[in-house]
Amino acid sequence: MQEEIVKNIILGEDDDYIINVGPQHPSTHGVLRFEVSLQGETIKKVVPHCGYIHRGIEKMCERDTYPQIIHLTDRMDYLSAHMNNEAVCLCVEKALEVEVPERVTYIRTILDELNRIASHQLWWSAMGMDMGALTTFFYGLRDREKILDIFEESFGTRLIQSVNAPGGLMQDIHTGFQKRIKEFIRYFRKKLPEYDQLLTGNVIFRERTEGIAKLSLEDAIQYGVTGPSGRASGFSCDIRKIEPYGTYPKVDFKEILHTEGDTITRYKVRIEEMYESMNILEQLVDNIPAGDYSAKMKAVLRLPVGEFYQRVETARGELGVYIVSDGNKSPYRIKFRAPNFSNLFIISKLAVGYKIADLIAISGSLDLVIPDIDR
Amino acid sequence: MDSIILTHQLGGLLPEAVFPENKQYSEVIVPADRLHAFCESLKTTPNLLFDYLISLTAVDWKDHFIMVYHITSTKYRHTVVVKTPINSREHPVVDTLSDIWKTAEFHEREVYDLFGISFRNHPDLRRLFLDDDYGYPLRKDFTDESRMIVK
Repeated sequence: MQEEIVKNIILGEDDDYIINVGPQHPSTHGVLRFEVSLQGETIKKVVPHCGYIHRGIEKMCERDTYPQIIHLTDRMDYLSAHMNNEAVCLCVEKALEVEVPERVTYIRTILDELNRIASHQLWWSAMGMDMGALTTFFYGLRDREKILDIFEESFGTRLIQSVNAPGGLMQDIHTGFQKRIKEFIRYFRKKLPEYDQLLTGNVIFRERTEGIAKLSLEDAIQYGVTGPSGRASGFSCDIRKIEPYGTYPKVDFKEILHTEGDTITRYKVRIEEMYESMNILEQLVDNIPAGDYSAKMKAVLRLPVGEFYQRVETARGELGVYIVSDGNKSPYRIKFRAPNFSNLFIISKLAVGYKIADLIAISGSLDLVIPDIDR
Repeated sequence: MDSIILTHQLGGLLPEAVFPENKQYSEVIVPADRLHAFCESLKTTPNLLFDYLISLTAVDWKDHFIMVYHITSTKYRHTVVVKTPINSREHPVVDTLSDIWKTAEFHEREVYDLFGISFRNHPDLRRLFLDDDYGYPLRKDFTDESRMIVK
């Protein structure tokens, strides 16, 4: 009798030992649960369970007007808040055939790249911390603070800016904006090599990441893994190059592509992207043209009947906004193709055969933001 | 590939396909019973090679549903929007595409969860976000008195 209970409760159907990582586990960076089947310490199967922070953002958008939607998309992938907002704004502007002032496209692209650096800084901090190197958390957040200060000075907000509006920006930038960015680049160019010295060359870190969880190019395309995680496998998926928007066509930058596809390569891609983002910022920051910070827009926005799709590159991959309009002031249906949603499910393929400790490193290298999965 | 040539190519794959006007991407409407075969040839035809499914969703038009697939080719960089109407509201069913593009498996679970559309031959059709006894919130006739504010 006792044996039977033990068999049924503790051991699963196939005599596997099942443990739950999450939903309140620090390494999942949010409320996500991995149901992990183990044999000894080796992973046999991973089933992700999501929905703990499902807020029904798509349903709420059907009730709201287009300027109101901006404040919901902020809260999907809160570390790429500006890019999420920009995606909606570009889609609405495309539908209304509004030409935004050049000044707006420059500022938007600068904010995109600042946001990308801030996001990668937090990812780097958290990834090191997940694997036991607490110092990275202090280093990363110290530098991220500089970017958040720039946001705060101009817009009064730090994590999510909500500064985009259909047609332009809600307010102009602070007079010290450009000076602060140049100061930041000068500062961060000195600090970023420290990241490599501290973590990239660390023997324990390399042992735990090199050759672990290789993602092949075919699987990346099949599962739709985009962003730095996809580019580490050689999947050329940078929307800034494929369908350029904003000021990206005028900027000279390269898409970071590697082919190894293991955990350390996904790590390297993000580190190199921070350098590349700084290059983009340097080309733009002195050339912001004068002019209005917003186009003239009607008080009530009604999109023409039809369907509109906009692709944008966030810090984590490809975000798609699909708006179906029936001519009213709120969308008939809006769908967000969230990058993290597609990036999540590859983990049940990647982690099999590795140790449970590697699961933490693998999910860290995928850089998941859970509210973006559940929406 | 030019959108006119692309439309011509797609028309060759399936004569009964309809091509509505779309400013942004080429669009094609396919009957539900031909969807799976059509998508398979989209992926395998050598000069099309639509290998990356970007997005998959459904739209509720009150009397029918429309499935919307955004598919692109990583080699040629052309994009197509495939649409399929589903006429039944009580038992909406359509073929799964998860054997062609793996990412469809999870997007289809999301659509099943929020719209109640079932997918034939799906390997793992469970609800993704919500409880089993919850309704289908993205349907237009969905109501929830305690949690929704109706204007």
